[in-house]
Amino acid sequence: MAENRQSAEPVVSDVQKKIKAAFEAFDYESNNTVDVREIGTIINSLGCFPTQADIHDFIAKVEEAHTGYVHLDKFLPAMTKVLLEHKFPPIPEDVLLQAFEVLDKEKKGYLEPEELTKYMTQEGDPFTQEEMDEMLTAFTDHETNVIYYKDLISQLTIDPDM
Amino acid sequence: MGCGMGKSQQLKKCDRAIRAALLIQRWYRQYVARLEMRRRCTWNIFQSIEYAGEQDQIKLYNFFGFLMDHFTPASSERSLISHIFRENEICRDIEWERYFCYKGIEVPDSYTGPHLTFPMTFCGVSKLVEAFKHKHNGLPSSEKPYVFNGDFVDRGKNSLEILLILFGFLLVYPNDVHLNRGNHEDHIVNLRYGFTKEVLGKYRVHGKKILKLLQKIFSWLPLATVIDHKVLIVHGGISDMTDLDTIAKLDRHKYVSALRPPKLTHHAVNGNKTQTMNSRNGEADRPAEGRRRVCSLTHHGSPPARRHDFPRRSLHYPPVSSQLNWPVEEELKRRRRLAGFDQSYGELKRSDSDSDPESGETTETDENEWKQWTCCGVTQCPRMAAFPNEVRGGGCYWGPDVTEKVLGRHNLQLLIRSHECKQEGYEFCHDRRVLTIFSASNYYEVGSNRGAYIRMGHDLIPHFAQYQASRTSRELTLRQSVGWTERSALQALRGQLFAHKSDLISAFQEFDPNNTGTISLSHWASATEKVLNLGLPWRVLRPQLVSGSQYGMVNYQQWIRELSITEPKLEISDNSILETMYKNHSNLETIFRIIDTDHSGSISVEEFHQTWKLLSSHLKTEISDKAITDLAHSIDFNKDGSIDINEFMEAFRLIEV
Repeated sequence: MAENRQSAEPVVSDVQKKIKAAFEAFDYESNNTVDVREIGTIINSLGCFPTQADIHDFIAKVEEAHTGYVHLDKFLPAMTKVLLEHKFPPIPEDVLLQAFEVLDKEKKGYLEPEELTKYMTQEGDPFTQEEMDEMLTAFTDHETNVIYYKDLISQLTIDPDM
Repeated sequence: MGCGMGKSQQLKKCDRAIRAALLIQRWYRQYVARLEMRRRCTWNIFQSIEYAGEQDQIKLYNFFGFLMDHFTPASSERSLISHIFRENEICRDIEWERYFCYKGIEVPDSYTGPHLTFPMTFCGVSKLVEAFKHKHNGLPSSEKPYVFNGDFVDRGKNSLEILLILFGFLLVYPNDVHLNRGNHEDHIVNLRYGFTKEVLGKYRVHGKKILKLLQKIFSWLPLATVIDHKVLIVHGGISDMTDLDTIAKLDRHKYVSALRPPKLTHHAVNGNKTQTMNSRNGEADRPAEGRRRVCSLTHHGSPPARRHDFPRRSLHYPPVSSQLNWPVEEELKRRRRLAGFDQSYGELKRSDSDSDPESGETTETDENEWKQWTCCGVTQCPRMAAFPNEVRGGGCYWGPDVTEKVLGRHNLQLLIRSHECKQEGYEFCHDRRVLTIFSASNYYEVGSNRGAYIRMGHDLIPHFAQYQASRTSRELTLRQSVGWTERSALQALRGQLFAHKSDLISAFQEFDPNNTGTISLSHWASATEKVLNLGLPWRVLRPQLVSGSQYGMVNYQQWIRELSITEPKLEISDNSILETMYKNHSNLETIFRIIDTDHSGSISVEEFHQTWKLLSSHLKTEISDKAITDLAHSIDFNKDGSIDINEFMEAFRLIEV
């Protein structure tokens, strides 16, 4: 995010505009509220990498008392803080590679779909069946039916100038 | 967990695995979320452009109004204008029967498709369905009644086949199959959106006849269906005035098209007309913004004061009647003609055309009827009219209070409507009292949305079946389907940007006093939104629209240059003409197709010239006669004195970047 850093002011306002733009994409009724279930997506789309726990904590702070909605008034300051403090920083490629290598116990250089499924659906913040199906469809090599994780990581990098 | 080692080593190893899994999950979810954001933006683009298209149609209507108001017997465009507003060739009943009799049509021996006999039987319809190789999932029958909620045609290449299937079943099960009229069951809309082209392409000899007949059929389609006195189904929607009794009583077939301008009758040439024109000119300054734009789904009640009745210039009786010196009987006669009520139909009683003692009341009723008819959603409704803050798409165009009022008035429990594409094929709003159902999957592009239909039993609780046509779209990964749809949306968006090129440049230059050619990303976003007014998240779209921006700055001059790549065929030096033409090309196409009465696919250079002159006068753009002539000649690609309408449209396709 190589913004022109002449003074702190313009940076904050730019950040806020970015946040508002992302928020608006999910503001279906044009009334500055979004469904709480979209918050994770919005935070992620702003270049952050929160864990599920991070998302839940964030929601707890901004949700309108059990309505299922979040208003921009609360979202904006909270999200601005997150971005300015780099609270949920991206995962470096080499760290990600190491993670895959941990799962690839036999050091094959690839993962079998069943292996990956086991970890993704049983450990950590488990995937839903839908998430798992989607990941397998996207990642599995069509010919060899395995997952070449090294290639994937380089293919799916972030857009640097979000 | 299957780690067979010493305890502390065991924990450490499993710990690492868990942490690794967490990391991968976190990374993957982020990736999916970004795709979801792109999908969301793409959706917004399509919706905005669709709404802009609807606004465009309003412009067309205004243009017709302008023609009427400025028509003088002396004007050189008189014959063209008369031609545009030509009489409907409505035959008398006997002639009608003969003209449309199918028995006289010769079917060549080479035809291998199904032969149908009347009265239509289930066998016959099945043959049809089979012939279209349609995968069906429960055909209509008396045990399985269906309601089809409008917009059967336009967009897609098999509109006619779909109509035939629907009509077939309607004939076999007239009490169990119900078709509501949608805004696309309208011959002028069909000119713009492709159904006319489809019919003429498939039926070279009988196409025109078919279209004429369909025009009549469409006008007879019911506007609304009510299930068990509890569920109301209309295509578009309602307004606070919606009254089912009025709708049930009105002669719906007299409303042939929402966009059809009124005919110019003899009265147009005499003195009275001038007075009408004068009084109407007074209203001409106010933008006929189309129907009232109501609030989006906010929790406070209906808004605004700003209500414009649509349409202002035709069937609608001018609001300030005292200003007119137009004799009432003349007005009534004229208005009945406008509505397609031809005397030769035998439906207009002689006495009606003379002085009508109940004139005041009748006209009010007629006005009310027209409003009711338009409210069922048979006309285009601008969603993004005059309210800048509510410019974003999505949301009904009447407030929840109106829903309550209308449902309460008739003791109904649910309103089902269509007209708006929904990502999941259906969507509730207004506290689950309004249900939007949209059955065309992949509406904007392959993978853009699912389609759905409603199943309803005696309990009147809606159950949904969702689907997505085309196997390919189901097998696409999320990334692929988002990418595909996105490309299509962006291409459409580029078209919009290009159409507003000079306005954009001016807006950018306001932020660039030193004329450096670059502005900040922030300024780029706000300027673009100001000009296009599409309510899109430009900052989020920026990566896909602007290549290579550096340090948060956009080189707008270069960007505009990149946008301006059109098909090389159009060699027009005057950029402002090109831009104006591009901005209005859809409406121009519609006008040309109206002019092209014999559906030959072309119009004369002269007709093109005159149309253009009229349009530029209406739009108040200054274009010299010579410029238009040059333009006409450059579009006449094969130099035969006529302009091929399809070629004209092709010339406006931006090269895909």
